[in-house]
Amino acid sequence: MGPLFAKQRYLLDFALSCLWRRRGKNLALLTVYTLVVFAVASVMFFTQALKREAALVLGATPELLVQKLTLGRHDLIPADYTHRIREIRGVGQVTGRLWGYYYDPQVRANYTVLAPQGVEVPERTVLVGAGIARVRHLTRGATLTFQGYDGKPYSFQVRGVLSPESELLSADLILMSAADLRRLFGLPEGLYTDLTVAVANPREVSTVAAKIQELYPDTRPIVREEIRRTYEAAFDWRAGILLAVLSGALLAFLIFAWDKAAGLSAEERREIGLLKALGWDTAEVLQLKFWEGAVVSLTAFFLGTVGACLHVFVAPAPLFAPVIKGWSILYPRFRLTPFISLFDLGILFFFTVVPYTVATIVPVWRAASMDPDQVMRS
Amino acid sequence: MILSPAILALLAGSGLTAGLLAGAAVAGVPLLTRFDLTDGSERQLRRERRTYLISTCVAYAAAFELLSLFLFLAAADRLHPFFVGAMCAAGTLNAHPWGYPSLLMRLVTFLLAGLWLLLHHADSKGYDYPLLRLKYGLLPLVALASVAAAVSQTRYFLGLTPEVITSCCGALFSAAAPTVAASLAALPPRPVGVAFAAALLLLLGSGMIFLRRGRGGYLFAATAVAAFPLFLAAFISWFCLYFYELPTHHCPFCVLQREYGYVGYPLFLALLGGAVTGGGVGVLLPYRQRASLAAVLPRLLHRLVILSLGAYGLFAALCLYRMWVSPLRL
Repeated sequence: MGPLFAKQRYLLDFALSCLWRRRGKNLALLTVYTLVVFAVASVMFFTQALKREAALVLGATPELLVQKLTLGRHDLIPADYTHRIREIRGVGQVTGRLWGYYYDPQVRANYTVLAPQGVEVPERTVLVGAGIARVRHLTRGATLTFQGYDGKPYSFQVRGVLSPESELLSADLILMSAADLRRLFGLPEGLYTDLTVAVANPREVSTVAAKIQELYPDTRPIVREEIRRTYEAAFDWRAGILLAVLSGALLAFLIFAWDKAAGLSAEERREIGLLKALGWDTAEVLQLKFWEGAVVSLTAFFLGTVGACLHVFVAPAPLFAPVIKGWSILYPRFRLTPFISLFDLGILFFFTVVPYTVATIVPVWRAASMDPDQVMRS
Repeated sequence: MILSPAILALLAGSGLTAGLLAGAAVAGVPLLTRFDLTDGSERQLRRERRTYLISTCVAYAAAFELLSLFLFLAAADRLHPFFVGAMCAAGTLNAHPWGYPSLLMRLVTFLLAGLWLLLHHADSKGYDYPLLRLKYGLLPLVALASVAAAVSQTRYFLGLTPEVITSCCGALFSAAAPTVAASLAALPPRPVGVAFAAALLLLLGSGMIFLRRGRGGYLFAATAVAAFPLFLAAFISWFCLYFYELPTHHCPFCVLQREYGYVGYPLFLALLGGAVTGGGVGVLLPYRQRASLAAVLPRLLHRLVILSLGAYGLFAALCLYRMWVSPLRL
């Protein structure tokens, strides 16, 4: 194995010196190549990180939600639905949730208003999300006034601002007591927005959902896995669309790479001619060209990947964020947890290095198989 | 179709590699029919030059094929949340009729591409293109397998629609289900264990004889090729139970997941490596008397035998170690 490795090491040494001699041309290629890797990697890393965040967030949500439908639209659900659902075998706790949306014309944004379970919020007070506090300049002790369902103003004292760490979930959230929420929206007792159903065995969730549907045909059970699947599909679809758009740039890069590999300068021709005259055979020149391509590819791959990591996880992906994560007035500020898998790198490699390699095979072979005398004469 | 980056990359990658191999196979036809080293014409010179282009194309394409098999498996594993009832790659592959044929074609392409690379490596050691006809005779087969893999993979990915109810490993690989996979799962552990041990001993014995005396190469190659499906069957029916610590779970794909330390990747890589290198011994053995290869081929054959033994040994060691440390006792 020794001589084989030694030969490849010398070839790599020589390839590096060749690349350095033509640094102007190679730097241009490396820059474009790095940009292509950077763009594709940014889209992929950002999507993966968002999917991971969504999965983490959804991990804490109820396994099963039940909504009532009227005329095919979400309607308020009567409290007595809980009793029969609770009797289904395998069902744990069934809880009615109270939540709704409030449109604030002042900032032209929708707030999510929720009566939390397990958190005591005294009447006439609210807890607000960091996004709302930011746009409405609210601090603890400030007064927030809403227009109720009857047109009258309802004032609440801000008891606190929810932690910015939970901003992904709570940017647009207002927590108030159940009595206040019913008063604000004119919601009678005995009605809830929807029900959460706890199922002890996760494998029984779909069976329980089917039984609820059978029991109450006017309801829509939503399984947590369905929500997770929808998020996965939505993020993948957005990333796929972006990559399809970027494929135009990738194609342009491949043409550029082909052109660079095919357009040998007189100096390069003379170099190959000299090597062959000195006794190198075509296979060795091909190996040399392989090492040159590998150095360019791996450098661009490394630089592009590092650049994409900085773009996505340090600067919050300013180039692609609006397309992939969506937008709204009260959009949460959050920092994505860095996460890159070997699988992502493999896919990135397939997207960038494989097409580049394929595009340069024929020009490289043409260069390597030239006759020394033909080169010298030309 | 699910528009995910992994699917787009695999579609683009397999399209490119199939195109490369198909192009190389077409370009290789004149080499197969008209290559003549005694001919000093300009055309023969062009043919000789063309061998470099074809070899380069196939070498790259084969390397990409090897990588894409594992990416395909990893992608199938990652896509399982899209399908109701799927818990691993088994469910994703079962979500469409082209799923398993696509995996099978990828495996065939992997094995053929691996063999072709070995032939090419041996051929490049001889000064007179000693394996040229065999190499370019095998090439259309490799290209055909690659094109079939690309087509079946494209049909599979295009036909995938999320949220379909699919059978997963529990149903597919349960002993009562009427599928080939279930038949493998239903194999009785004791005879399978005996067959596994016998094959391993035969492999080791014939390998050692070949390494010491240079005989029994064909027996070794035949055992190495037969060991691939046999060891896979042994894994599905017996060994995987110890990995999952469940007496009823026979899925070969769940070991690709993080919960099992991704141990499926080294296991399957070892199996495939053992089959390719062992098969390579059988393919190269008839040429060891060829004058231009007489000096290099015996050494290469020795290396291949050691590699094949090492790969199958790694597979056996991982499985037996797991059996030893697993709390499951059958």
